[in-house]
Amino acid sequence: MVLLLQKDADWYAKVNVLMAESAEAVRFSRIVPYQRHCRLRKYLQGLIMTENKAVTRRHFLRDGFWGACLAGLGGIVGLVSRKSSAQDTVWQIDPYKCIACGNCATYCVLEESAVKCVHAYAICGYCRICFGFFGQQPFDINEAAENQLCPTGAIKRTFVEDPYYEYTIDESLCIGCGKCVKGCNTFGNGSLFLQVRHDRCLNCNECSIAAACPSGAYKRVPADKPYIIKRVDHA
Amino acid sequence: MIRFRYIIISISCSLILSGISTAVERFPPPDFESDYQQPTMTIPPPRQSFYEYIDAAVLLAALSLSSYLVLKRRSRRAIFVLMVFSLLYFGFWRKGCICPIGAGQNIVLSIFDRDYAVPIVVVVFFLLPLVFTLFFGRTFCAAVCPLGVIQDFVLLKPVSVPNWLESGLRLFAYLYLGMAVLFAATGSAFIICRYDPFVSFFRLSGNFNILVLGACFLVVGLFIGRPYCRFVCPYGVILRQLSRLSKWHVTITPDECVKCRLCEDSCPFGAIRQPTANWPTNVYSIAKKRLAFLIILLPVLIFLGGWLGTGLKSVTSRMHATVRLAERVYLEETGKVEGTTDASTAFRATGTDAKELYKEASDIRARFGFGGWLLGGFIGLVAGLKLIGLSVQRQRTDYEADRAGCLACGRCFEYCPREHVRLKKAKEVVSQS
Repeated sequence: MVLLLQKDADWYAKVNVLMAESAEAVRFSRIVPYQRHCRLRKYLQGLIMTENKAVTRRHFLRDGFWGACLAGLGGIVGLVSRKSSAQDTVWQIDPYKCIACGNCATYCVLEESAVKCVHAYAICGYCRICFGFFGQQPFDINEAAENQLCPTGAIKRTFVEDPYYEYTIDESLCIGCGKCVKGCNTFGNGSLFLQVRHDRCLNCNECSIAAACPSGAYKRVPADKPYIIKRVDHA
Repeated sequence: MIRFRYIIISISCSLILSGISTAVERFPPPDFESDYQQPTMTIPPPRQSFYEYIDAAVLLAALSLSSYLVLKRRSRRAIFVLMVFSLLYFGFWRKGCICPIGAGQNIVLSIFDRDYAVPIVVVVFFLLPLVFTLFFGRTFCAAVCPLGVIQDFVLLKPVSVPNWLESGLRLFAYLYLGMAVLFAATGSAFIICRYDPFVSFFRLSGNFNILVLGACFLVVGLFIGRPYCRFVCPYGVILRQLSRLSKWHVTITPDECVKCRLCEDSCPFGAIRQPTANWPTNVYSIAKKRLAFLIILLPVLIFLGGWLGTGLKSVTSRMHATVRLAERVYLEETGKVEGTTDASTAFRATGTDAKELYKEASDIRARFGFGGWLLGGFIGLVAGLKLIGLSVQRQRTDYEADRAGCLACGRCFEYCPREHVRLKKAKEVVSQS
C-alpha cells in the first residue's frame, strides 16, 4: 500500500511537469481558453495512465472491486428471489394462539390501536348471558354500564328472539384490549377474537405489538389473505 | 333437554381441556325461528399491492432525479426542493415503512429463515439505492432518505468534528449494522426499525422513549450535521464503501480546482479533503513502521472481537423471545421466582414440555455464539482497518469531496469560484497559468 502511494506521488509529479509544459504552450497564445486547458490536462492524465503501470493497476483493482460489488448485489437478488413473493405481507394475529393479554391495546404505535375485536357470528351461541359482554359477575342482567365488561361500551346487545341476543362490536369505540375475548374464550364459544384491522394498520416493518406479544400469536401473512378468521369446523 | 346435555358435556370438556381455549362450541349456534339474518363480518382490505409498486417507482424516479441534480445540474436549491418532496412522500405520506435502511433486515431474515419469503418491493427498496450509489455516489443520502432530510433541515450552526473522533464514533454504526444482521438472521428482532428515531415524527405518534431519542438527535443535529447518518446509520456504512468505488462522484468544482481554499469550511459533515504535501522522509519511515505494526495487530483485533462477541452470547441471545421465555420458565420451575408472566402462562397452556423449550433455547444460544464470533470478528476487522486508514496519508493535489463521507448535499458547489464562472455569474478571469 505504501509502495502504491509512493508511485502515486511519482505520478502526480509527472502530471505537474507536463502541466507546466502545457501551460507554457498555452501561454503562447496569450488568451487562455480555460476549457481547453482543462481538456488538455485530462488528456495528459489519460496519456500517463496508459503508460504508468501503477496507475493502471490501481484502476484495474478499483474496477474489479466495482464489478465484484455489482455481482454481489446480483448474488443477493439471486439468493432471495428464489423464494421472494410478488405479494406483500401484512401482520395478523393467529386467534388460536392469542391469549388476549391486552398488549394490543397499549403497544401499537398508533394512538388508537389498529387491533380491534371482531365477531364470527357463525360460531356465536347468541347466549342471553354472554361472558364477553357481562364478565363473570355482573350486578344485573341488563345493558347498564356497570354490568358491562367492555371498558368503552363498544359491544351492543340486541334482542333477537327468546332466549337469543345478538352482540355486535362498534369498531369506532373498540380499543382492542381483548377483555371480551378472554371472557368469551373461557366460558363461551370463542366467537369474539382480536384481529389487526388493515384499514388502520400502518404495517410497520417491526410491529411493536408483535415484539410485545407473549404467546407469539403475531405473524406475517400474505396481503391477499390478510385475516385469520375463526371457523366452526376447527372446534 | 338436548341443549342442557350439550352444556354439561361441553363444560366437562372445558374442565379437562382447561387453560386457553380455542373456538369450542360450548353453546351450539341456534336455529332462529324469526327471519333473523346473521350479519357478516367486515374485513377491510390492506393497502393495495400496486401502491407498493408505485412507491418503488417513486423511489427510482427520486434517485434518478437526485443523481441528475447532484452531478449534472449542480444546484443546491433544486436538491432542496427534492428533499422537501422526499420528506413529505417517504416520510409523512408513507409513514416510514418500508425504507431501504430497514429492508436489509428482511433480506437477511429471508436468507436465514426458510419460511419467510421477502416481498419483491422490499428487495427493490433495498437494492435500488445501493446500485445508484455504485454509479453516482451517495445521492440517496442527499435528497431521497427522509431520515437524512429531516436532520439536514435542522442543521443551523455546524460544528466541525475532528477526523479521528468522527472515525471512532462511526465504529458504532458498524456495530449497529452487525447487530442488526445478527438479530435479523436469528429471527430475534429488527432493531433498526425498533430504534428508528425519526419514524415517530413521521407518524406523529409512537413510543415515548423513541420520540425522546428522536428529539435528542434533532437537538444534536442543530450543531453536528446529520448525526444519525454519520455515526449511527447502518445502511450508510454500506453506502460509504460502495461510494468509494462509484463510477461518477460529486466534485466540488465543475471543472478544475484552483486551490483558492474557499470551500475549505463549506462542508458541515467534514467531507472535504485538503491537498496534501509530500511527506518528509523521517515521517515517512515512522509511518511505515506504524503501518507494519497495525497490519500485524489486525488479526489480533479480529480474534479479540470474536472472542468478546461469542462470550456475550448469553446477553445477546436474550433478544430472542424463545430464550427469554426459556429463562423465565426455568426460574419458575426451579422456584427462584414467584408467580408467572403472560408468556410463561401462554407457554404452559400449549402443553409443551419445558425440556423441549430449553433445548430450543440452547440451540438458539449456540447460534448466537457462532454469530457472535462473526460479529465480533467483523468489528475487530473494521476497527483495525480504521486504525490503518488513519495512519495512511493519501496524496491529493486538489480539494476533493471525500468519496465515502460525502453525502452529496450540494452545499459546497456555490463556494467554488469555478462554479460561478460556469453559471456565468462571474467573468472568467485570467487563469492560473
